[in-house]
Amino acid sequence: MLLIRCPYCEMERPELEFRYGGEAHVARPLDPMATSDDEWADYLYFRSNPRGLHAERWRHINGCGRFFNAIRDTVSDKIVVTYKAGEARPATTGEIA
Amino acid sequence: MKFSALSVFLQGLKGNRDWPAQWRTPEPKAAYDAIIVGAGGHGLATAYYMAKEHGMRNIAVLEKGWLGGGNTGRNTTIVRSNYLWEESEGIYEHAMKLWEGLSHELNYNVMYSPRGVMMLAHNIHDVQVFKRHVHANRLAGIDNEWLTAEQAKEFCPLLNIERNIRHPVIGASLQRRGGTARHDAVAWGYARGADRLGVDIIQNCEVTGIRRDASGAVSGVETAKGFIATKRVGVVAAGNTSVIMGMAGVRMPLESYPLQALVSEPVKPMMSCVVMSNTVHAYMSQSDKGELVIGAGTDAYTSYSQTGGLHIATHTLDAICELFPAVRRLRMLRNWGGIVDVTPDRSPIIGKPPVPGLFVNCGWGTGGFKATPGSGHVFADLVARGEPNAIAAPFTIDRFRTGRLIDEAAAAAVAH
Repeated sequence: MLLIRCPYCEMERPELEFRYGGEAHVARPLDPMATSDDEWADYLYFRSNPRGLHAERWRHINGCGRFFNAIRDTVSDKIVVTYKAGEARPATTGEIA
Repeated sequence: MKFSALSVFLQGLKGNRDWPAQWRTPEPKAAYDAIIVGAGGHGLATAYYMAKEHGMRNIAVLEKGWLGGGNTGRNTTIVRSNYLWEESEGIYEHAMKLWEGLSHELNYNVMYSPRGVMMLAHNIHDVQVFKRHVHANRLAGIDNEWLTAEQAKEFCPLLNIERNIRHPVIGASLQRRGGTARHDAVAWGYARGADRLGVDIIQNCEVTGIRRDASGAVSGVETAKGFIATKRVGVVAAGNTSVIMGMAGVRMPLESYPLQALVSEPVKPMMSCVVMSNTVHAYMSQSDKGELVIGAGTDAYTSYSQTGGLHIATHTLDAICELFPAVRRLRMLRNWGGIVDVTPDRSPIIGKPPVPGLFVNCGWGTGGFKATPGSGHVFADLVARGEPNAIAAPFTIDRFRTGRLIDEAAAAAVAH
């Protein structure tokens, strides 16, 4: 089970308090009518699915209820950093803080 | 060497000391007509059928670890074909028909045992969905029948059908031709069969890059044992498909999740069928060794760790103990995880990405083992001829652009 730091509550809590929300920074196309089928497919279905650092959304469902982002190493499952929704992805090198 | 009653008898007289190795351990050649990436069941079956049915003998299967050491050796060995949509019925029933003759085809006992797969309904939604499956399957000529709770109990006396449990059993669907097969034997049988036809199976040879020529077409692969030239690459890498395809610059509609299973200590025969429950996320059967083989769900997050959270397995054991009270005091021997590549519609991808010479067979998610022979058979056809046959055609990558999804989420046996 993961130990996840909620950047709003500013404390580490067990994974059971959270819900996974998929890859982070996947932006919905701003102009649907001008968006091609390929762009829609990429937005809806195609994911980076990296073996290594992955930016992903979590929601503190049994806590503050808010969405935030985490960068996690998908090989070790260690979370490198968590940050608030809307913030840019921080530069990470794979070093565990 | 061909296995027969006579050869087993004669080797027995000699103390079983003279059995030859079942496949070679070759060094890679400089070039092949085609390369399959991944020596799991699907990859080895692909190579076998390419050699047997399409006469392609100058091919290699590259494996980063040992053959059959990924999801082929980590699944719960269940075989069934009771899927909802015609496209799925096509490929899974194709596989089922191959399972029925596979031991003879390979001259290798894959221990296919059609002992019946029973799927439990715990609420009115399950009843409606499963009855729909039963009717859809029977229209397609695939056996599947509806059982009352009492009939389910008669088929599997171990089952608890008391009404006072959290998720009581109120009915079940049963596919009698479904069952289990020995997962390792499937990999070994296909490996031996392919090797005898001249296929080079190269283990401990990780693919680290895919080289493309000036026109963008595949020209070879970089590996741990150096560059190997080829014009055709078939990627059958399960959970690592996104990584391999990324080497050719192709993005995939896949996410990789850990899926767990566990086995109990071995006990005398107590369960003669497979029982699965979608609603409480548990399924169980008994292996010929006597271990109860239990499948759990996937973790919530993507991962390549080949392990999963303990709370996932615990949740499954809660359900197992309620459905089968007789097993409550059994100890668990081992648990493990495999990395499954899941597509948005929970159906596989058997197709051609937009890179000439590159083919991919992936997205089997939490239920690929049952499809092993059929998947290998149709993918061999695709790699050899360059075009998908009628069974494989619906499973293109392009369906995510056109919207012609094959939504099998309701048919899968574990939580997604």
